[in-house]
Amino acid sequence: MSGHSTYQPRNAFMKWMEARLPIAGLIHSSFVVYPTPRNLNYWWTFGGILTFMLALQIVTGVVLAMHYTPHVDLAFNSVEQIMRDVNYGWLLRYLHANGASMFFLAAYIHMFRGMYYGSYKEPREVLWILGVILLLLMIMTGFMGYVLPWGQMSYWAAVVITNLFSAIPIVGESITQWLWGGYAVGNPTLNRFYALHYLLPFVIAGVVVLHVWALHVAGQNNPDGIEPRQDSDTVAFTPYATMKDAFFLSVFLIMFAWFVFYTPNFLGHPDNYIPANPAVTPTHIVPEWYYLPFYAILRAVPNKLGGVVLLGASIVILAFLPWLDRSKVRSARYRPRYRFFFWLFFITCVGLGWLGSKPAEGVYVYAARVLTVYYFAHFLVVLPLLGRYETTLPVPGSITEAVLKRSKAAAAFVIAAIFAGLIGLSSPTVAAEAETPAKLKWSFGGPFGKFDRGQLQRGFRVYREVCQVCHGLTLLSFRNLSEPGGPGFTPAQVAAIAAEYQVRGEPDDQGEVKDRPGRPADRFPAPFQNDNQARARYNAVPPDLSVIVKARGFDRGFPLFLLDLVTGYQEQGADYMVALLTGYADPPKGTAAPPGTFYNKYFPGHFLAMPAPLGEGRITTDGKPVYDDGTPATVDQMARDVTAFLAWAAEPHLEARKRIGLQVIIFLIIFAGLLYFTKKKVWKSVEAH
Amino acid sequence: MATISSTEHTRRDFLYIATGAMGAVGAVAALVPLIAQMNPDASTIAAGAPIEVDLTPIAEGQVIKVFWRGKPIFINHRTKKQIEEAVNVNLASLPDPQPDSARVKPKHANFQVLIGICTHLGCIPIAHQGPYNGYFCPCHGSVYDTSGRIRSGPAPTNLALPPYEFVSDTRIRIG
Repeated sequence: MSGHSTYQPRNAFMKWMEARLPIAGLIHSSFVVYPTPRNLNYWWTFGGILTFMLALQIVTGVVLAMHYTPHVDLAFNSVEQIMRDVNYGWLLRYLHANGASMFFLAAYIHMFRGMYYGSYKEPREVLWILGVILLLLMIMTGFMGYVLPWGQMSYWAAVVITNLFSAIPIVGESITQWLWGGYAVGNPTLNRFYALHYLLPFVIAGVVVLHVWALHVAGQNNPDGIEPRQDSDTVAFTPYATMKDAFFLSVFLIMFAWFVFYTPNFLGHPDNYIPANPAVTPTHIVPEWYYLPFYAILRAVPNKLGGVVLLGASIVILAFLPWLDRSKVRSARYRPRYRFFFWLFFITCVGLGWLGSKPAEGVYVYAARVLTVYYFAHFLVVLPLLGRYETTLPVPGSITEAVLKRSKAAAAFVIAAIFAGLIGLSSPTVAAEAETPAKLKWSFGGPFGKFDRGQLQRGFRVYREVCQVCHGLTLLSFRNLSEPGGPGFTPAQVAAIAAEYQVRGEPDDQGEVKDRPGRPADRFPAPFQNDNQARARYNAVPPDLSVIVKARGFDRGFPLFLLDLVTGYQEQGADYMVALLTGYADPPKGTAAPPGTFYNKYFPGHFLAMPAPLGEGRITTDGKPVYDDGTPATVDQMARDVTAFLAWAAEPHLEARKRIGLQVIIFLIIFAGLLYFTKKKVWKSVEAH
Repeated sequence: MATISSTEHTRRDFLYIATGAMGAVGAVAALVPLIAQMNPDASTIAAGAPIEVDLTPIAEGQVIKVFWRGKPIFINHRTKKQIEEAVNVNLASLPDPQPDSARVKPKHANFQVLIGICTHLGCIPIAHQGPYNGYFCPCHGSVYDTSGRIRSGPAPTNLALPPYEFVSDTRIRIG
């Protein structure tokens, strides 16, 4: 790509090929001998990490598309089928969902690095603008992908984001209808989002090729922001840059693996495990963390059109950065004033992200307004003025001179910074007024957690004798009860359990459909035919319990939620369930429960339609309040047992996930170590001179 | 460049080989889930459990189709004449010689259970057609007799038999 081709084909075939399609020469000149500044630090490895993440997203995405069904009635369950039945489906989906977050994290680091070291300046303006286009494409792709599981957050994200276009005067309404393919978000919307979500990553890949091409024309910027002048300023891309990239990629993958295997739902929202319901908006809707700063800007403006315009402007303004920053010196290393304002801008972005996760009320709105003003002022006021009035430090004469003066930033610092970059996440689901559930000890918690088989069997009994009258478990099949990592029933026990249920049979010779006894392959039958029947019977629709433990949670708040990431605490849903089941009480003085509702300390809003389901004597064996295994069936014990059972029902492959996670992380640590020493060895000859 | 002593050379080579080998192991391991996901999933395997079929409604001379693991299973309640035709064949003249008795269960020669998929390229043969009044595949003209044995045409082997057993005189379990 840059005319350095020194490639000499060795054998006759390659000579023949090179004369017709010089692809080997192109690869050789672009990725082998391509000169790369010798002073690049680890922040420069994120380009390679991003390429890897894009490839991983495409590969896992194509695979998931083989199992996903884009239909409003089937999408949610097809995702659950991927999680439950498809071989390694849980792994592929968690890789893809968390991969999106890692992709954005790497992209943001890559962008802040470009801003810190002035990588957008002449002659790299087009390179930078292509990057902004890539960000825009990523935002669109990520959003449409988030809609596909068709949970509550998916649906309402689709509603809110498409409604942004309704702010456009006169044609807004027509545009939103055109986007939806209907009068509201519905099946046509889901179908087109799926098609576009499949298409856009390949558009991204195409723009990445242009991005790399532009990079190889201008050459890489570097931490000192000076162009290479002599041979000793650069090293060959391979092996020097490739080994460095490979090492840091493996470090990045360790963090990624932690998310995938130990805290796979940390970055998501429990509400998205509730199937989409066009009649009810979740009380607190927030986008994924990587959109939060933009979301905060949108909400900071008390005007519909104004908010949308500013949201768009906050991204588009990045494209003008090369002309807003007038300073001739690139790197912040030699621009002390700019360095201060860069970090101020960084804190502004993180602050906006944090505010985006908070309710749009009171002091949060004012803070968001202040930060929004500063966000734009950074580009429109600070940068142009700095370019004119800043006194810069003397820039070294060459890269070689700069390198020999300075030691390198430690990798540990980089890793710490990545974790610090995650600040600003939070997923509030339960209104603040309800009491916070106690953190309980679960056998399946933590990186080495396993289910307690006895507890799962006891919990299943509680489900059968108490919950199943009203609550379905329709994503679960009877056969799951004997599968590895579950309650450990024998296949014969499962066949007997299944036969106790009546499930809808197949049409007989006369065309009549009769109920028949269940078989292990059948799913648990629903306790009611449809929501209206449930409402008529129970005065409410009892939620299906298949994924209830993942669909509930509570806000742990700052800084606990960061600690939870490190400790792998993923049991908020289980803690909430136990608290709810044991949290019934008399309403406080002065309040009365509305008819047909019951007071609960932990339920958001406090009054729920379900009466206290567990009581002494609900489970008895031979007339005594104990389980078959002799465990006393106290209310607390029953609550814990049924919750553990439902935690397994929500995540049947939890044990396999944690086991494979340990293997993957140990592998990555060893691999990263080997790559580190290889990289050190390779670079040894360079560092001396 | 300074000359590298031979001990350093070996140590460096070992490091490079170890790193490369580790990378190769990781890449192969990463392929496992990507390939395994295309195998039948757990619900498909569970749905492929054995099925039971009641034979009483099948009249003599009638062929019914039931599905097991997504495959059409032909159950042919053969007439005396059909059985005789199937038994009285010069085995040496068959492309895939097999006596009729090997293709039915003992004492149940009147019921013949076949996988109704042509062994040529997977089309479904039509019952009671062709010169032997057995099965005829409309796709490429393979002709099977009343025992489901290939008699002429491009199909290489006889129609396959599913695993099945009689649970009573009038009931079979396929699978």
